[in-house]
Amino acid sequence: MPRTSHWFLNGLRHVDGILLTLVVLVLGISLAVVTSASGQSAARISGHLVNIGLALGVMVVIANVPPHLLSKVGPPLYVAGVVLLVGVALFGEIRNGARRWLNLGFAFQPSELLKLALPLMLAWYFHRNEAVLRAKHYLVGGVLLVVPFLLILRQPDLGTAMMLGASGFYLLFFAGLPWKVILAGATLGAASLPVVWGLMHDYQQRRVLMLLDPSSDPLGAGYHIIQSTIAIGSGGLFGKGWMQGTQNQLDFIPERTTDFIYAVFGEEFGYAGAILLVGLYLAIVARGLVIAARAPTLFGRLMAATLSLNLFTYVFVNMGMVSGILPVVGVPLPLMSYGGTALVTLLLGVGILMSVATHRQLNKS
Amino acid sequence: MPLATPLKNLDRELARFHGRLKAGAAFVVLLAAALLGRGFYLQITQHEYYIQRAENNRISLVPVAPNRGLILDRKGRILAENYSAYTLELTRAQPRDLEATLAEVGKLIKITPGELRSFRRLLAESHEFETVPLKSKLTDEEVAILAANHYRLPGAEVKARLFRNYRAGSGMSHVVGFIGRINDRDLKALRESGREQNYRGTVHIGKTGLEQSYETLLHGRTGFDQMETDASGRAVRALSRIPPVAGKDLRLYLDRDLQAIAEQAFGDYTGGLVALDPNTGGVLALVSKPGFDPNLFIDGIDPETWKALNDSPERPMVNRVLRGVYPPGSTIKPFMALAGLELGVRKPADITVDPGYFTLPNSSHQFRDWKHGGHGLVDMRRAIAQSCDTYFYKLAFDMGIDRMHDYLAKFGFGEKTGIDLEGESPGLLPSRDWKQRRWKKEWYPGETVIAGIGQGYHLTTPLQLAAAVAMIANGGKRIEPRLVQAVRDPLTHVWQPQPVAVRGQLALKPEDLAVIRQGMMDAMRPGGTAAAAAAGAPYTIAGKTGTAQVVGIKQGARYDAGSLSRKNRDHALFIAYAPAENPTIAVAVLVENGGHGGSTAAPIARAVFDYYLTGKRPGNMKPEGNDASD
Repeated sequence: MPRTSHWFLNGLRHVDGILLTLVVLVLGISLAVVTSASGQSAARISGHLVNIGLALGVMVVIANVPPHLLSKVGPPLYVAGVVLLVGVALFGEIRNGARRWLNLGFAFQPSELLKLALPLMLAWYFHRNEAVLRAKHYLVGGVLLVVPFLLILRQPDLGTAMMLGASGFYLLFFAGLPWKVILAGATLGAASLPVVWGLMHDYQQRRVLMLLDPSSDPLGAGYHIIQSTIAIGSGGLFGKGWMQGTQNQLDFIPERTTDFIYAVFGEEFGYAGAILLVGLYLAIVARGLVIAARAPTLFGRLMAATLSLNLFTYVFVNMGMVSGILPVVGVPLPLMSYGGTALVTLLLGVGILMSVATHRQLNKS
Repeated sequence: MPLATPLKNLDRELARFHGRLKAGAAFVVLLAAALLGRGFYLQITQHEYYIQRAENNRISLVPVAPNRGLILDRKGRILAENYSAYTLELTRAQPRDLEATLAEVGKLIKITPGELRSFRRLLAESHEFETVPLKSKLTDEEVAILAANHYRLPGAEVKARLFRNYRAGSGMSHVVGFIGRINDRDLKALRESGREQNYRGTVHIGKTGLEQSYETLLHGRTGFDQMETDASGRAVRALSRIPPVAGKDLRLYLDRDLQAIAEQAFGDYTGGLVALDPNTGGVLALVSKPGFDPNLFIDGIDPETWKALNDSPERPMVNRVLRGVYPPGSTIKPFMALAGLELGVRKPADITVDPGYFTLPNSSHQFRDWKHGGHGLVDMRRAIAQSCDTYFYKLAFDMGIDRMHDYLAKFGFGEKTGIDLEGESPGLLPSRDWKQRRWKKEWYPGETVIAGIGQGYHLTTPLQLAAAVAMIANGGKRIEPRLVQAVRDPLTHVWQPQPVAVRGQLALKPEDLAVIRQGMMDAMRPGGTAAAAAAGAPYTIAGKTGTAQVVGIKQGARYDAGSLSRKNRDHALFIAYAPAENPTIAVAVLVENGGHGGSTAAPIARAVFDYYLTGKRPGNMKPEGNDASD
């Protein structure tokens, strides 16, 4: 057996077959929808293929990294992320009224970094304190969560802050944050809604109001929601057929290869397609939770469970936005939307899941 | 927890984690159920609604305006035509795009502030997906520039549109009228009559003249293209088309040359002339001087010109033939005479002694004859020929106002003639009832006396006079005047003659009519009031002159044209028909401040007769041969 194929096959040993199959199925659907939504643009399709290839590569590489090594990346990554966020707050570039970018020779959003760094950091922290978890650990965890959350919130970037907050919360939740704390927090949150509303920026308030009555601004911001719900609704049970969606083909759907790709999918493949797609996502989540349940270490358990829930949160927020039950926030649909960064980040997460799944026996502590 | 071992904690934490996994899974299932529930609502429950919304998004009906019908004179020469020119039109897509496109267009070609203003107004009134003209009559160069930069101008289109042109210019302004941009009032009227849909895509509508009165025929039926349009409003492909049906063409009785001759014959006098075919009611010429250039109005007249036209003391916008009301003066006399005969008040040979005035019994007030010293002994024929006032004072007094009113009404006085133009005035035929209603006063005998020579309350339009004299010419047939002779269907190209609108036939004794006609012929012979105007004519004219007072002349004073400023001079009137034996044309002429009818109004009628009956043009007029073939 030649040496090259040996390390190659060895590398593939750490790929979880079930996860890979599910992910590839969704990516296949994505390719078909991007093809239709881009008007068969060769540049878009080849770009998408390159992104997919790259992301799958990253996934395989990460799958080969043992979890105990992954856990060590958490603290430095987290610290770097927070430092960069502070840097953004001090020296960041302002675009569209928000200070989110840092000029490092290229435009860089540190908040992207924290999407993985925060769960890694928290999982590392709780793993270190396994079996001696006490209230103060949750308190420290909470602080670790709140610092980047607030930094991102004041950029302002409500959407990313909420997503980050959700992933941090999931981790605390799986780490055993007491129910009474959760309930107390939820009650407090609900009670402070009016205060939060008052602190929200105009455009944020408008987006929420738009959701309640999209027709109030049919040519402005409400246009997106109106057109995407028309697209989805007109798809019916079986859809209009691939490349047959009029809302899609005639330009009525905005951002239709990226954030609003679900509108194109819903129009062309209908409710049957939606059930299939949501089913695939649920299967990915289920596989992730099974991996979490079987994971030998606390770090693996927490990461697998958090990443699984996090993925579905993205699915829910995106689909909810496109079908008009959540405000418009710039969240892509996992594995479906065109865009390299999001895809790579996501499959990096899937790679971590695979790593946790396949390093069970190898690293039994 | 002093006794708790880490190992025990480990187990507990693991069990708790599995519990949390189940809670997490339940949470995910809950979220998925929410998504699928929303999907079910949109895609199953509300599917019909959204499919309709998607179709409305996609499909738009683009109106295709029909070509407006042409207006031709009796010889088929064009009076109102259409010509094609390019216009720049914009779709109302996304407002942002529109402003950007407007700015871009402004850099490429010159857009005046006025054009921009009217564009914004039209835009506000237009339907979604309709294109709105920004600049019309583009030059070839502008078309080329716009075509080359098309990709930079989303929502902009260069379209070939039809424009209206009035070839005859001001000479026909009061007949043909003009079209103008559809305004709010027009829109309201269209909406109320349920014709609004048929005017989508149409910018203009008939405002005056034939363009107004035949609007329904001229406009045609709007067609519709069913287009698939993309989100920016640009048409992607045509799905189906209902073709437009062009408007109908109109052919008039009117002769363009005759019209021009009549207009010229006025010289620099203002006034009106109408010539009718007494057998059909067809309007052969209809002149109201001064006129105006109807082409100015099509795309909105500029305020200065409009003010000048409106404020002009000559009032060029008023159609004097239809709307100008004047006392009929002596032109009423033939009708009075006929009334006297038919009602048995006079016999043709009855003699009236004219000492130069008439007095009522028990009154010293003198109703004076125009001729100082009087006409002596006059019978009916001579009374008409010489326009003897005293004869008709006495006749009117003997007849009484009631019988006079009822009989004159039969000739259409005091009533609209029913011509196929809008805005006609009914004039005023006074009666005892009318005076009671209007002034709450009783009728005085003196008012009857002056009514006998067409003075006092009586007011007529030149059109009424022409229609009335046509009844003398055709033996009492009352016909509504008509401009349009035939209508051509754009599909079959067949001219459909319009019916002659006969309102009634007056039963006149031929021998009575003959006396009146003789009197009117005598008026055109030596010794008659308009003899000079008939001199040398190779046909016989029957006519009657008249003057309508502009200022009252005091008792005992004499009217002296020379001492009055022109605007206070009497209006000159003349009614006539020819050839007297077998009339084919009847005219009424009004010359404002023209003085005596015989000297200013009658020669105008003569010029019209000459051309119509013999083809002879006045010496100073060149024949117009340049476009006689169209």
